[in-house]
Amino acid sequence: MRDENASHRLKRRLLKLAHAAGLFAAMTIICMPGLWIVLSSLRPTVEIMAKPPAWIPQELSLDAYVAMFSGVGKGGIPVLEYFRNSLIISVTSTVVAIAVGMAGGYAFARYRFRGKSGLFLGLMLTRTVPGIALSLPLFFVYARLGIIDTHFGLIMAYVALNVPFTIWLIDGFFRQVPKDLAEAAQIDGCTRWQAFWQVEFPLAGPGIASAGIFAFLTSWNEFALASQLTRSVNSKTLPVGLLDYTAEFTIDWRGMCALAVVMIIPALTLTFIVQKHLVSGLTSGAVKG
Amino acid sequence: MSATAREEILEQRSIRLPRLPAPVLLLMPAIVVLAAVVIVPLCLSLYSSFTPFRLTKPETFFVFIGLRNYANLLADWDFWAAFGRTVLLLTVALNLEMLLGLGLALMVEKATRGQRILRTLLMFPMMFSPILVGFQFKFMFNDNIGLVNNALQALGITGTAIPWLIEGHLAFIAILVAEIWSATAVFAILILAGLLAMPKEPLEAARVDGCTPWQTFRYVTWPFIMPFAYIAMTIRSLDVARAYDIVKIMTDGGPAKRTELLWTLISRTAYSDAKMGLANAMAYVSILLSILFTVYFFRKLAAARTQIGAEW
Repeated sequence: MRDENASHRLKRRLLKLAHAAGLFAAMTIICMPGLWIVLSSLRPTVEIMAKPPAWIPQELSLDAYVAMFSGVGKGGIPVLEYFRNSLIISVTSTVVAIAVGMAGGYAFARYRFRGKSGLFLGLMLTRTVPGIALSLPLFFVYARLGIIDTHFGLIMAYVALNVPFTIWLIDGFFRQVPKDLAEAAQIDGCTRWQAFWQVEFPLAGPGIASAGIFAFLTSWNEFALASQLTRSVNSKTLPVGLLDYTAEFTIDWRGMCALAVVMIIPALTLTFIVQKHLVSGLTSGAVKG
Repeated sequence: MSATAREEILEQRSIRLPRLPAPVLLLMPAIVVLAAVVIVPLCLSLYSSFTPFRLTKPETFFVFIGLRNYANLLADWDFWAAFGRTVLLLTVALNLEMLLGLGLALMVEKATRGQRILRTLLMFPMMFSPILVGFQFKFMFNDNIGLVNNALQALGITGTAIPWLIEGHLAFIAILVAEIWSATAVFAILILAGLLAMPKEPLEAARVDGCTPWQTFRYVTWPFIMPFAYIAMTIRSLDVARAYDIVKIMTDGGPAKRTELLWTLISRTAYSDAKMGLANAMAYVSILLSILFTVYFFRKLAAARTQIGAEW
């Protein structure tokens, strides 16, 4: 009897250990690439290239960042311009996408109309068009309209890219707000418009904000369209700017790692803010149908 | 004019104008934007896929050659190789992501301490731009200075440097690793959300009735989290073409076209060879492929939803 207990206990302890080890290994794999990039951006190029590899960093410095920001001609790239372009394009397209998505999401969450599910699927399908496939006709149209290499062109493209997903998310968030609340407000004398802004909007607010951050991240990280629709510092975004560190046969790994860190920090911060709402928005539609 | 008179006029006007129903009005901006930026350009590209259009020769835009581009594609071995490779990559990647995501979610759910930090770490790869994922894995898989080779050599697993991105099959594996690293998180997080939302009574009932852990998982847990897995699948299928960024950076279709996917082939045909008409024909095939994936998962999602709805 005691033996059985002991072996059972041992088995449980082993299982627990295996579980902890598995989790640790998985998390290491998830975090490793990012940490490696941060580390590499702080090491001198000689150390990155060292053979046999130098595992323990001998000297860390911010040289790569200093060089990057010191401007064109001094080993830097126009990173401030890229950053500004990225910021302008991402923020504007997010704001527009949220406004459009809120209207659309509200329509899907609150009204019944003919062809609703068909329209929903249709909207989603526009999102499946691969960026590179869409870039061919957009390139042609934009060239004709003369809006290649402008903020406006990229903003329009990103709004279209973000609207379907924003509608999906916001639809989910409005569904979580009970219909009765708005109806009660209307009985108390609010117009539908007032009921929306004073009751439903504040309740769905955090969810809408996270949909916004998601849209922002999509624009911030997009490459396939940006690489074809931008030409110069007028509108190049950070993901396209990464290519500045590649030459025909060589890559400046250290500089690229530094730019990667600059790119990832805003994304990192924003994702941490939204993580909770994001998941609930994606799944709310699933369970309630 | 008095205020009442103006109101009357307004009243009349609003009666005379056919009032659009609210949902149409609300959806109008979305439809207009999508029509302008997606639908109309796509119609244009559909048309140009029937022409021998080259960017360098604008007049070719008006020459109609029927289905010749598509006929050329059908006979083009490179195209079919890229097509097959794309489908293979997507199938392997999506299935592995699903399995790994499920495993991760189950492990994190079991964890008694540090759930919050684990969930945060889980989201980490999601914020990486695909192009960044490409660079980072290109760096790590570099045969000379990459982390992977350095580690393997330091551990004595291999004496010589493994040519990760230089040999065709290995390059495919490297791309697969990058793709899986970047997208497993989506599955893990959504499945975890399903696990956390799951009511505990059925699990206890199953245990009382003497189910083995496997049976409990197979017949109680799995049906419940299935819709969540399909949401993840749908989200992924909405932008499977993210893989373009990764492949473009890691190998750009090389070595010797061994990792060429539909999307890299399209961009090369259109922008390097300037054969827009042909590229648009390819693009249409890739669009159909994406649509197929998405519709498939949407229907699965709908079916899973109704199933759950019926059981509750």
